[in-house]
Amino acid sequence: MNIISFIIGIVIVVSSIVAIEAKRLLTSIVMLSLTSLLAVVSFVLLKAPDVAITEASVGAGLTTAIFLLTLKRLGKEESK
Amino acid sequence: MKKFIAALIAFLFFIMFISVLNSDTETLQGIPEFGKVDLSERVSEKYISKSVNGDNGEIIYGETKDAESGSANVVTSIVVNYRSFDTLGEVTVLFLSATGVAILIGGGRRKVLPISVNPIVRISARIVATLLLVFGAYIFIHGHLTPGGGFPGGTIIAAGMLLMLLVDDKKRAPKALKVLEGTMGFVYVAVGIAGLLVTGSFLQNFLPTGTVGDLLSAGIIPVVYSIIGLKVGAELSGLLDDFFAEEGEE
Repeated sequence: MNIISFIIGIVIVVSSIVAIEAKRLLTSIVMLSLTSLLAVVSFVLLKAPDVAITEASVGAGLTTAIFLLTLKRLGKEESK
Repeated sequence: MKKFIAALIAFLFFIMFISVLNSDTETLQGIPEFGKVDLSERVSEKYISKSVNGDNGEIIYGETKDAESGSANVVTSIVVNYRSFDTLGEVTVLFLSATGVAILIGGGRRKVLPISVNPIVRISARIVATLLLVFGAYIFIHGHLTPGGGFPGGTIIAAGMLLMLLVDDKKRAPKALKVLEGTMGFVYVAVGIAGLLVTGSFLQNFLPTGTVGDLLSAGIIPVVYSIIGLKVGAELSGLLDDFFAEEGEE
């Protein structure tokens, strides 16, 4: 259990840094989604299912979709 | 150089927070040492035993009747019973952001997606979307018994809407959603005012709380969570629909 949460914590930190430093916005969005997804696992390990459900539906699901839709819209505006 | 300075500032803040949290002086009290806190004097103990006014009896699932909150899920009893006014503020924040999106990019025709969707995918997506709608409703109706509640339930409903918007080029969110959203916001405040009239406090529970663990228990918590679930679902579906609209005349 301890090793699993340790690995998850490290991957969360690394993917957050990649999300900030990545040149392409698409990479940032995918990394942010990965961060949320791993946060869900760590919330379940910490026995907080309420927060885990909210993070899974809002953080990993809808926010990623909205970011992708915004990115698509921005790309169209910039290329004009 | 910039990154070095940023790292230095972050490190300084880290040192500052650690020192403030570990300080133990008269004027500046940080986190107390582990094991030195009397938890029975903390407010969380009162939330868990569902009794803010003293009388810390044991709560047994399926047996305890007429508890102060009556919700089997402690998180829900805090979020929608003891801290319901906060939740009203959260719903307002979400409403304001959805309105902002609608002002900036809303209206206009439905955007035609550059991909063509296979009919098999389209029909099975409709089946999955229906299941998602039912699951979202299940989550917010059972918010006082199982993990979850109004916000996740509404978001899952919006995910079903997103699936339907993605596979169908002509699909729009129904106009009735906007009416539903406004009505639910009004009903939430009306429930609060009803509590004010009956018991004397805004959003106070005024229904019988029943047995802990029953579906019809916990007073106004299922009512308020159903209101929040419908409102958040309608709001986020409308927001996604705005993203699928093209600029120009309708």
